[in-house]
Amino acid sequence: MPICSGTSKSFLPTNTNYDLSEGTYLLTMSMTDTGTQAPAYVKHAKWLGLSNMWVGFGAFALAIPMGLYQVAERSNLFPAAESRELYYTSVTTHGVLMAYVLTTFFIMGFGYFSALHSLKQDVWSPLFSWTGFVIALVGTVMAAVPLLLGEASVMYTFYPPEMAVTPFYIGAALLFVGSWFWCVDMVIGMMQWRRANPGMAVPLVMFGTTMNALLWLWTSMGATLEVLIQILPLKFGWVDTIDPGLARTFFSWTLHAIVYFWLLPAYIAMYSIMPRESGGKLFSDELARVAFVMLFIFSVPIGFHHLYMDPQQAAGWKLLHMFGTFMVAVPTFITGFTILATLEVSGRLRGGKGLFGWIAKLRWNNPMTLATILSMMMLTAGGFGGVINASYSMNALIHNTQWITGHFHLIFGGTSVIMYFAVAYWAWPRITGRKLASRRMALWQLWLWFWGMIVTTMPWHVLGLLGQPRRVDTLPYSDELNAIWNPYEVVMFAGAVMLTLSAIMFIVVLVRSHFSERLQQPPEVVFGTAIHQPLRVPKLLNSLALWNWAMLVYMLASYGYPLLQFVFLGTPQTIPFGFGE
Amino acid sequence: MAFHIDKLEKRWIYMVAGIVVMAWGIQIYYAAQGWHPPSNVEVIDSAQLHLASGVGGDEFSEQNIGIKRDENGMLVVTMVAARYGFYPQEITLPQGEPFKMRIASFDVLHGIYIPLTNLNLMLVPGYVSEVTTTVNTLGDYPMLCHDFCGMGHAYMFGNVKIVPADEYKL
Ligand code: HEM
Ligand SMILES: [Cu+2]
Ligand SMILES: [Cu+2]
Repeated sequence: MPICSGTSKSFLPTNTNYDLSEGTYLLTMSMTDTGTQAPAYVKHAKWLGLSNMWVGFGAFALAIPMGLYQVAERSNLFPAAESRELYYTSVTTHGVLMAYVLTTFFIMGFGYFSALHSLKQDVWSPLFSWTGFVIALVGTVMAAVPLLLGEASVMYTFYPPEMAVTPFYIGAALLFVGSWFWCVDMVIGMMQWRRANPGMAVPLVMFGTTMNALLWLWTSMGATLEVLIQILPLKFGWVDTIDPGLARTFFSWTLHAIVYFWLLPAYIAMYSIMPRESGGKLFSDELARVAFVMLFIFSVPIGFHHLYMDPQQAAGWKLLHMFGTFMVAVPTFITGFTILATLEVSGRLRGGKGLFGWIAKLRWNNPMTLATILSMMMLTAGGFGGVINASYSMNALIHNTQWITGHFHLIFGGTSVIMYFAVAYWAWPRITGRKLASRRMALWQLWLWFWGMIVTTMPWHVLGLLGQPRRVDTLPYSDELNAIWNPYEVVMFAGAVMLTLSAIMFIVVLVRSHFSERLQQPPEVVFGTAIHQPLRVPKLLNSLALWNWAMLVYMLASYGYPLLQFVFLGTPQTIPFGFGE
Repeated sequence: MAFHIDKLEKRWIYMVAGIVVMAWGIQIYYAAQGWHPPSNVEVIDSAQLHLASGVGGDEFSEQNIGIKRDENGMLVVTMVAARYGFYPQEITLPQGEPFKMRIASFDVLHGIYIPLTNLNLMLVPGYVSEVTTTVNTLGDYPMLCHDFCGMGHAYMFGNVKIVPADEYKL
């Protein structure tokens, strides 16, 4: 393996395996793209992208006012708003819409759009892709009805023996099934392209997207098994009882890596769209691929950090998953390094000098660049919190407190979702052929989301440290606790108002961008290239099979016995409670 | 096949590896001192906590819950969590003395947490949760349910009084 001896400041390739001119394949292929007749893949990228992303953002728009209501209701500051039925209905719906609907549909839409454009290749069967979309949409509606009727107020984690009505589970399962169609499309797309371009490196954006599709296939299996083996048989009356310890173990398999499913599109945008948008080049293409592979392998078999406080798993297994959990720091730090280095390259190419001079020269008025910077800052803050959550003994201080909700709003609602916004701002003119309605408003919106997140989640974390539990509709514990909690509730409420305003601005910009001035020449969909743009990469960074085998082995090692033990533990089963029982 | 890695990147990766190893080291250090999360993997028949005949016996029956000393002199708090309360509803414990909490759920998933301490347990029906810890500050604390268990979830809490060790009587 030839190692390039360049340092961060030498942009010249030292080796003919690299191509500085945008990557030849990108160049030659984008020339065929300028003909008057748009190829079929452009049409499908447009409609699959738009439909999926709008369902996602529609769910987001519905869920936001619920978040605002929850902050108000919970705080004891507005006695008139108190209603526990409404509160738990709202939290469950808000959680499901944000965690399952916004994410899954956005990821599918962004995935289709970037896959088809980066490969310049159509989906293998449009009917198949649209079938997946329709199944996911029907599932969403099916789950939404009981949610809104208050018949499924079991939180988005739906832990048994608390039960929702049956359509909730079937709807959720259909949403999963629909998303697997997308996963299959991504894997097939990558394989077709590799066959047509033997030996060539799959474009980075496609490599990341396909890794995420695989990640999701593996990840979604835990909750799927829980629903298939435990919940539906109970709901259909085939069995009368359930083991909640097994259910929690299954769900932990999904619960951790699902957050990487949500976060990966943010990284993908930073690695493959931001470099060009910020006027520079990606610092390293290969290391980005290494990071994607590591995120895939390390993020699934470590779900026990959600079970640290649970009685049904032994300490040794928890310790093992703790080791794995900390391994995720490696690809995360690599990503942080590459993205910061990329930003620095951009700043210097734009004339920035000195240790910090490049920061001022960054394209702060470019939504993608701005969002990347803000997202990285939230990732840094949220990462510190994550280390506490992940730690074997400190977890006891914050498990199920408001610290957790503060943490995941910062890292999910903040770090990930701000990149979803930026992707939309980047993609919309490329989809609609119209000007982004207002770039100024888009920039204000991103800043407001960032500050809103800071103002909301910092006091939220503190409330957790001060002992406030999560998922409570009111705070009846003691006047002393309320006296120390109240000031933080007030600040949080201010933050929630900022976030709500920002969300409204986002939707306004997107809607208006469908009616704005038509562009003479819409921007092309071109992805960033690296300083040393590889035409070929080591086989392991271009293929999927080995990594699936590695995952299988690691999963068997970390979940094999802990699941098998339920066969011989002889746990007395539990009867179900709640809706429809 | 070409794989390009920058010198700075290599240095960074070594640093990150160092950070991870350090994090592991800290965790092992505390685990070695006995700081384990509750993990006793002990089953019980949650629906029959009141009967001696169920799996796990009648340790959690009405006459057996409360605070006792075991044969080693260790304080043992035996409790039941059921929608929507903890039984016994009030307990008193000495400041600074380790105690063992053993608790089981009678119905659904619950949790128990004493704010500003590290007493934090998930209560999963079918299993006994156990932890040994110490509370070092005097005062009245709620012990509250921190996992959603139904419409009364927020009202599910009991009280712990922490008194000076020399004033403590069982
Ligand atoms: C205006 C912005 C938002 C506000 C004010 C808000 C507020 C809240 C509140 C108060 C809760 C309930 C916490 C509890 O009862 O313990 C909650 C739950 C949740 N939020 Fe948000 N949120 C907002 C935006 C978001 C975003 C953007 C996401 C992710 C995309 C998100 C994801 C979630 C999830 C998954 C839950 C479920 C938590 C659970 O079941 O415990 N929220 N939110
Ligand atoms: Cu996790
Ligand atoms: Cu509860």
